[in-house]
Formats: sequence, C-alpha cells, structure tokens
Amino acid sequence: MSTITANPSVETDPTQQVVASHSHHEHFLEAKGWRSWTHTLDHKRIGVMYLIAVLASFFLGGIFALLVRLELFSSGRTIMDASTYNKVFTMHGVVMVFLFIIPSIPAALGNMILPVQLGAKDVAFPRLNLASLYIYVFGAMFGVYSMVSGGLDTGWTFYTPYSSNFSSTSVFPMLLAAFIMGFSSILTGVNFIATVHTMRAPGQNWRRLPLFVWALYATSIIQILATPVLAVTLLLLMAEKLFHLPIFTPQWGGDPVLFQHFFWFYSHPAVYIMIVPGMGVVSELICTFSRRAPFGYMFIAMSSMGLALLGFLVWGHHLFTAGMSEKATMVFSALTFLVGIPSGVKVFNWLATLYKGSISLASPMLWGLGFIFLFTIGGLTGLFLAMLAVDVHLHDTYFVVAHFHYVMVGGTTIAFVGGVHYWWPKFTGKMYNETLAQIGFALVFLGFNVTFMSQFVLGSRGMPRRYYDYLPEFQTLHRVSTVGSWMIGAGFLVLLYMFAKSLKSGAKAPRNPWGSAALEFQTGTPFPAHNFIEQPVVTRGPYDYHLATEAELAEN
Amino acid sequence: MLQPLPNANEPPASTFDLPVSMSTSAPGIDALYDFILWFSVAFTVAITGAMLYFVWRYRRRPGVKAAETKDNTLLELSWTVPPLFLCVALFHMSYGEYIKNVTAAENALEIRVRGQRWQWSYQYPDGTPEQGDTLYLPINRPVKLVMSSADVIHSFFVPAFRLKRDTVPGMYSQLAFTPNKLGEAQVFCAEYCGASEGKNARGHFAMLSRIKVVNDAEYAAHIEEQKKRPVTMTSDAEWGASIYAKKGCNSCHSLDGTAGTGPSFKGIYGREEVLTTGEKVKVDSNYIVESIRMPQKKIVKGYEGGNMPAFPVGVLNEDQLNAVISFLQTVK
Repeated sequence: MSTITANPSVETDPTQQVVASHSHHEHFLEAKGWRSWTHTLDHKRIGVMYLIAVLASFFLGGIFALLVRLELFSSGRTIMDASTYNKVFTMHGVVMVFLFIIPSIPAALGNMILPVQLGAKDVAFPRLNLASLYIYVFGAMFGVYSMVSGGLDTGWTFYTPYSSNFSSTSVFPMLLAAFIMGFSSILTGVNFIATVHTMRAPGQNWRRLPLFVWALYATSIIQILATPVLAVTLLLLMAEKLFHLPIFTPQWGGDPVLFQHFFWFYSHPAVYIMIVPGMGVVSELICTFSRRAPFGYMFIAMSSMGLALLGFLVWGHHLFTAGMSEKATMVFSALTFLVGIPSGVKVFNWLATLYKGSISLASPMLWGLGFIFLFTIGGLTGLFLAMLAVDVHLHDTYFVVAHFHYVMVGGTTIAFVGGVHYWWPKFTGKMYNETLAQIGFALVFLGFNVTFMSQFVLGSRGMPRRYYDYLPEFQTLHRVSTVGSWMIGAGFLVLLYMFAKSLKSGAKAPRNPWGSAALEFQTGTPFPAHNFIEQPVVTRGPYDYHLATEAELAEN
Repeated sequence: MLQPLPNANEPPASTFDLPVSMSTSAPGIDALYDFILWFSVAFTVAITGAMLYFVWRYRRRPGVKAAETKDNTLLELSWTVPPLFLCVALFHMSYGEYIKNVTAAENALEIRVRGQRWQWSYQYPDGTPEQGDTLYLPINRPVKLVMSSADVIHSFFVPAFRLKRDTVPGMYSQLAFTPNKLGEAQVFCAEYCGASEGKNARGHFAMLSRIKVVNDAEYAAHIEEQKKRPVTMTSDAEWGASIYAKKGCNSCHSLDGTAGTGPSFKGIYGREEVLTTGEKVKVDSNYIVESIRMPQKKIVKGYEGGNMPAFPVGVLNEDQLNAVISFLQTVK
C-alpha cells in the first residue's frame, strides 16, 4: 500500500492548495434556516441530523437502563411493579438496538466521514441518502407511538407465541417501526457500496482505502443481505397477529422455534452491523494516535469481510437450548468458534501497530485503547458461550447479558464515542475541554466494568435474565451493578456538558488537531461545503506517515 | 434413618462463581468452565499488559518518529493458524460433554414436567401429579425429564445440575441427568414469559420451583402421599384452597370480587354468567370441571384475551379437582 502513484498533472501537493484557499470558501454549516437542513442533500448535514437522532435515542435508552438497574437495587419492589419493569427493559433493548446502535456508527459517523475519506464530493445517491433519514424518522415515530400508547413488554426479541398471542401491550406499532427502519438501513448500505465503488478520488485505490471505509463496506453488505430477512419476519408476525395465520404461534398451528431461526438469521448478522464499524473507528484511532500505518492492513481489512461472512453462519447459537436437533447444534457450535479468528486478528494487529509507534493519549485514543480491553473480554466470553456444554448453563443468564454488553457497549458504543471525539473538531469546527473528556472517559470506563463484571458472576451463579425480582443471595452483586450504572450515567452527563460547552464556547479547531496523515484531516475545518475546494488527487495511503509532508501533519 | 452416602467422588461444593454441584453432569462442565475462564484471564492480562507496556514505552516524545510499518506475513499466520487448533480442541471437548447430557440412560426414571405461566408442575412415572411445587427425585438414579409447555416458551433451568432446556408449546423437549447429592436444588424459568398486573403480581421472575434429592425410601413414601389429601388438612375445601394458591389460580382469579385477568371467584358457585357467545350459563360442578380441563370452550364475556391454560389430569387429578369444587362452593 505504500507505493506512490505520482500524478503528473498536479505540480504541487493538492492538499496544500486546499489549505491555502480554504478561507475563500464557505464551509458546510454556513447555510442557515430550517430548509437548509430538511432539504439538504449534503451527506455531512444528513450525518449531523442522524447524530442528533441517535444521541437522543441513546439518552432515552440510557434512562430506561438506569431505571432497570434502579429497580434491581434491592429485591422486591423498588420503584415500579413487575409489568412496568418488563416494559422498561424491553424499551431499553428496542431503543438501544434499533434506534441507537444499528444507525450509530454507519449512519451518523459514516455519512459524515466516508465520502471525505474517499475524496468524494458526496455519496453516490444524495437524494436516496436524505430519503434514508426520513424513513428512519418515520419508522422511529411508530416506535415513539408504541411507547406513549403504553409501551410493549415482549423483550426486544419479540419471541412468539408471547408477542403474537399473549402480550396485550403495544407490540404492533413497534414491529412496524422496526420494519420501516430496516429500509433506511438497506438504502444506506446500497448507497455506501455504490459510493465506495464509484466515487473514489483519482489515486484512491482499494489498497489505500481507510480501514473505516473497509469496515463500512463490509457492514453495508450485511445490511443489504440480512435486513430483508428481518423485514420478512416482522411482516409475517404482523400478518399473523392480524389474521391469526399459522406461522409462528403454536395455538394457531405455527412453530415458535421457526420464529427464532428467522429472527436470528437477521439479528446475529446485525451484531456485526454493530461491531464491525466500531472496529473500523478503532483502527483509525490507533493509527492516528500512534502516527503509524496499521500492521497487517490487508489482514485487518479482510477480517472485516470475514466477520461479515461468518456472521451469516452462526445464528443457531442463539437456539442451543431451544430444542434444535443435536446435529444442528454441533454445526453451529463449530462455526461459532471460527468468529474468534478474525476478531483475534484485529486485536493482535492493533497491538502490533502500537509497537514502535509514537503514541499520544489524547482523549479519542483513550476510547480506542478502552475498546481493545473491553472487546477482548467481550470476545473471550463469547468462547464460553460457543462451548456447548458451558453454554447450556450460562444461556439466558446474566452472563449473556454481560457478554453482549461488553461487545455492544464496551465495543460499539465506546468506539462510537471515541469516533465522535476524534472527528468532532472537523464537523463542528470547535475543540472541547480535554480534562472533562478524560474525567468522562474514566467514569464511563470504570463504571462499565463495575456494572457488567458483576453480572458475569451473577450469571455463572445462575441468575436468569429479565427477572423483576431475585433470590436474596444475588442482592450484593445486583447492588454493585446498579452503583456501576450510576457511574456510567454520570460519565455521559459530563460528556454531554463538555460537548455542549464546546459548541457554545469551544476554541476554534485547527485543520488537523491530531496531526493525522488521513485525507479527511487535509481539508478545511469545518469541512468545506463540497468537502474539498479542488478535486483531491491521492498520492499515498491515509496512514503513510513517512510519506506525508511536514505541512500535512502540522496541526494548524 | 440412615442416609446413603453420596458418591465416592463427591463433586466440589459451590465456588466463587459456580453454584453447588448436585449431579453427575456438573463436574465435567465445571472443568471446561474453569479451563476457559483461566485461559481468558491469562489472555486478557497478556493483551492488556502488552498494550499498556507499548503505550508507555513508545509514548510520544519530541523528535522521535514512529517506525515505518513493515508487513510480516509469518507473524500474521502465527496468530491466525494456532488459534484455529485451539478452537477445534475447545469445540471437541465441549461437544463431548454436551452430548453426554442429552442422551438418557435406558432405565431412566421418566418425569413429566409442564411449564405454564407462572409455575412448574410435575408428574411422577406412575401418573401421580406432584401436589406441591417441589419435585422429589431419588439419589443416584438416572432421570429423564419429558417437558412441555401449556402457553408460551419457558425454560427449565437447574443451576446445581448445570442444565437448562426450553419448554416449547406444541412439542416435547428432554433433559437427562443423574442427581448425586442429597438436598434441594433451585429451579428457575430462564425464558422470559411475562407477568401479571397489580400489586401481588406473579411473573417470569416468580416462576421458581425446587428439586429435592432424597433416598429411595423417602422418594417412594413421598409419591404415596401425593396420591391423597395431605394429612395436615381436615377437609376437601381446605385442600382446594391450598391448590388454588399453589397452582397459581390466584394470579388471575381473586376471592374478593376484584376483576383480574379472569373473573373473580367471589360467589362464583351458582352464579349466572354471560358467555362471549351471548349464551347464559349457570356455574355448577360440570361447568367448573369443563373450565379447568378445557378453558377455551366457554369463556365469560369480557375475558376474551385471558388465555387460561388447560389443567389436564396429569397436573390436577380427579380428587384434587373435587377438592377445588368444594373450595369454590365455600367462597361467598
């Protein structure tokens, strides 16, 4: 990837021209008025609107999480009754999965950064991009309707026959919401794939693609292939609820295990829709703050593609205790172990990238390093669950709850927050207070481990999940976990304050605050309206620090 | 009474993170758990240690540049291929242990287990239903649980045996194990199944039960007791009242006139009810029997979505049913 393809038609370094002429051109936030947002075709503005939407969802889902933990602070009733608790944990899951994590990195950060990283003016289909946002908001409205019309209590997994024949809560609108939002996800995936194939700047070949782009490319493939299966499943479930068709509900002649197969055929790949973009962000963070090209670039890129493929072959491990045949159980267990290989490849390559780097501990890097630690634990505890005999004991206990929070929060959410820290100066034009950033990180990181490490022990001791009340012997660990949730909550409040203060009175951000060699840091801050003043010509890879000029790496 | 000694190789008691082990299936699973646990701890320490060391050793210093990255395919293969062998080994060990616990011995004691919201009921091999909420099992005898569900999916989970299996409406599932330690084991429902409304709500979290491992004589005596009215009770109505509470009727049917998921039992006997069909019915012994055995047949107007499960003879035998009727006659 380090070969230089000199472009004879450009005499001076194009990126320096960009810097020089920056002040004469408007940046993407300058246009005013609500129409400049609702009618915008600019991928960055669409990204900003996605970011606001996913952050609002994150805080809503976070409030539900704090309520769940508060109820579990002591056994018996603490603040709510059993049926309310069931609704609150369900809405925590639904909001976090469908409204926050799935669109978080691809739709918000991906929209803002991917075209700039490619050296493109915009995505391939800007109108489709705006349509994706509108579809997401339209779908979310049904979700909000479900919540205000009493909420639902099925768990985010909608298992039949509970969801079809037994729950009397507001299930239908939420199914419709997830169904509609799926289209947004599919369209974003199509758009990104087309953009990567057709919109790369001259010289931006496949071996120079940033690892974040590779990650989003792999994610987009999963979005396109897996989401339609979710749509089919939800549609069948809705039809079944309306017309009592014999599909998934045994009382009407259906098969409830079939629903689980259909559901996880989407929802397991969806785990990789969540984690692979997070790995992409972390690859960027590690390289920039080590000022070093990634060790094993192609191995990291291809491990994203490997995860995307393997993600389709392991859904059965969610059904190990559901009554599948022993042969199917065996095959899914064996395939599940394979997921460990590309995940391990990433971790080892990140470590090797740090080796002999020039490492800065600026706040985005803290999140990057935090990710490596938390994701390692999330990945290794996945091995416990891949081991059939051990899984039978741990299945549907707090061990599983802790495991997937280590992957989705310790992994994706930590990477997302790290990514927001990293690119914040580029899309707001403002810096934030580094001390507050460190305090926020410390609270979230420590609080996260306190909350979920105790849940591993709870699960191993036999505490089942989705319990409103528990036996007295579990109380101490539940208390520890609840105290941890308060630390996480406090940490995010600090970060919210920090970012709000940055918007209001943050110092003006320089062009390249982290001294990165990546393309998105070679253009103006905030990004110019069309990303680059002149067509960039890429002459080196985004991590080629030894080829980058002093001027490119200069922070101003 | 003399207690037979537990197994010669007595399994370890509760560790920090695993519950007491009470079956022959547990020690093998615990060994696998401990292996992967310590492997993970060592791996996490190594990764984190290397990370922190690099961050300190190669911290940014003025004038010191990062070394240029050179790819090293051999190194890449060294952390791609050996883990594959580890995965194969882990898979092999865990599948071997797993398959032992799904195959029941030929002479296994066959117990029927039924999950329904929100309780477990048991039926012994001779057809006797367990009246209480504790399943009695003889020590050191292989057991096969044949499990079903009356409504939604539940999951029968016994941490002391390290075993769990979903009970799915419309199909039978199985668990096989051999209890090898006297004492009580906690049973949980591990698949979310909802909750009822209100103050004394029951639900998924309260779908608990126990397995009591006893010696052969105590087991035989217990089954005999289950066939008749408990000696502590003087009348059928009293027995019926205890069944009303133990079988969970109380989570939907009140005694004080408050409407729940189902109609209140206050003054039920002899009352005239209007059905969903508009037809009227007088509540007598026959209607009660029909409503317990086939609850979906005649539903009282206003309670359409109630989804009451049926109580077949394996869950509630004829004597118990008569006791329930005697009890309902007394609820004024």
